[in-house]
Amino acid sequence: MSYTSDQLQVMDAIIKRYPRSRSAIMPLLHYVQSIAGYVTNEGIELIAKLLTLETAEVSAVATFYTQYKRKPVGEYHVGVCTNTLCAVMGGDAIFAALKDHLGVENDGVTADGKVSLEHIECNAACDYAPVVMANWEFYDNQDVSSAKELVDSMRMGSPKPPTRGPNSLVTWKEASAVLAGINDGKANEGLQAGEPTLLGLKLSKEGK
Amino acid sequence: MTKLAPVLSAHWDERDSFTIAAYTRHGGYKASANALAMEPDAVIQLVKDSGLRGRGGAGFPTGMKWGFIPQGDEKDHYLVVNADESEPGTCKDTPLLMANPHVLIEGCIIACHAIRAKHAFIYIRGEVTHVVRRLNQAIEDAYKAGHLGKGIDVVLHVGAGAYICGEETALLDSLEGFRGQPRLRPPFPAIAGLYARPTVVNNVESISSVPAIIANGAEWYQSMGTEKSKGTTLYSLSGHVNNPGQFEAPLGITLREILDLAGGVRTGHKLKFWTPGGSSTPLFTDQHLDVPLDYEGVSAAGSMLGTKALQIFDETTCVVRAVLRWTEFYKHESCGKCTPCREGTWWLVQILRDLENGVGTEADLAKLLDLCDNIMGRSFCALGDGATSPITSSIKYFRDEYIAHLTNGGCPFDPVKSTLFSGANA
Repeated sequence: MSYTSDQLQVMDAIIKRYPRSRSAIMPLLHYVQSIAGYVTNEGIELIAKLLTLETAEVSAVATFYTQYKRKPVGEYHVGVCTNTLCAVMGGDAIFAALKDHLGVENDGVTADGKVSLEHIECNAACDYAPVVMANWEFYDNQDVSSAKELVDSMRMGSPKPPTRGPNSLVTWKEASAVLAGINDGKANEGLQAGEPTLLGLKLSKEGK
Repeated sequence: MTKLAPVLSAHWDERDSFTIAAYTRHGGYKASANALAMEPDAVIQLVKDSGLRGRGGAGFPTGMKWGFIPQGDEKDHYLVVNADESEPGTCKDTPLLMANPHVLIEGCIIACHAIRAKHAFIYIRGEVTHVVRRLNQAIEDAYKAGHLGKGIDVVLHVGAGAYICGEETALLDSLEGFRGQPRLRPPFPAIAGLYARPTVVNNVESISSVPAIIANGAEWYQSMGTEKSKGTTLYSLSGHVNNPGQFEAPLGITLREILDLAGGVRTGHKLKFWTPGGSSTPLFTDQHLDVPLDYEGVSAAGSMLGTKALQIFDETTCVVRAVLRWTEFYKHESCGKCTPCREGTWWLVQILRDLENGVGTEADLAKLLDLCDNIMGRSFCALGDGATSPITSSIKYFRDEYIAHLTNGGCPFDPVKSTLFSGANA
């Protein structure tokens, strides 16, 4: 796969964000992931060339961080939090049900390429437990049936919108571009905060 | 009764709270304008006088940290904001940045001025796409409005899923483009941090607390909290409670008071154990409901204030299962650099799995404690130390429950009962 001149320009701009070019390695990995859907060997070679590094140095970074995938994931990558609090409150049951419902194991992808499944660690939304993420957008307060409905909606091609996120769920590749620092114009979409976030403030206004 | 005191969260209920328009409507970017007109040392003194302490877990005085940066050294200085919020149970910075990213940017401007830095980096975890959007947009808007780009630049750096990068020196390695692994200290980041230059690393909530301190003064901030723990902070309540959420209160509020506000432990159930500040802080039980949740109070009671992540578990929860899951997390997230942590967490998981499955022996409890002893304090960073906290504290308070797994030949709990949808939907 070759990269277009537009893509190379974006990568050049990413490198220029930093006083030292090597710092650009992580956003560049997010960016090549946004093009192919995962971090390809070509992507690693290109980053090595752009940063004057050995490919082994780039691979060493790419394989350290769990968000960089070395093989294709689904158009919608679903993560179920199974760290202690979410697990206890239903995350384990949700994860087991989704594996069964989708017919995949951890890190598996459905045959239609639509959905991949992963159990994830705490995603900083414990007051919305149990939490499911899709392309790293929040789906708060899930249960087994809502999670099944969510993945079904993905397979039908019309995924339900995140509970705290943009108006519609973007694809895995599109989300990866956002993580590379590319503005997709959706920052103003969605809630500023969910109810749990606002609970203390609301009570304070009631004189508590 | 301690009253809630929303400062950081004061305007989160406004629909457009995350926009620059909303932020300036409430006086945003006036504090940074005022701070830029002050001598940098005066800004540091003001923050010192306020008593603000680090909100990322360690509680180190923020102004003192800034004061460690050498002056007149002609080197580049850097501010690095730790937004890699990943400690299990911790969920304060993420909603803060979702609802009001500009307060962090304004805090960055003030802190950069104080430590004579031209560059700030915000290292945010990669698993929060929408928060990345909000923060990126806010930075763009701050440039357009002229708050950034006139001597101070802010760059958002997005991580890629590694708990260890919340550790400040691993974060710096990651930001330099390496695998995120901790560095041996000294030298501390204040002397040799990012690119071996003097660097301040502060948590999101710490830096976001600064604009209000500049605007209202050190005395105002000092007027809230307890003797050595000043100001307000975000307490994040989660788990088996009727109404989980964020509660911004003066330091020193108790769990009993917060539970009262949250409608109590889930109806029909009672408190069994809880974490005061994330999974790396030793567990508390119902004996600790009245511990003042400030740095000294929690520490005196045998734990740590940490990130004020109050995770509540009721009597349906198996403590061995809970601790095993946290331990699996630490094993997975150990970066592998130091042997005691890398190998130790692996062995902890093996032994805990046996205990949870009822195939261990009572001698395994002693072995667990011995392993913890050999992990604690023996690595470059505190990840391994954190891994021992849930184990040693749970054995201290719930030894009988470990034994019950052995006599029962397995876990005596029904996991369905601890789910929110207990039975109906599982």
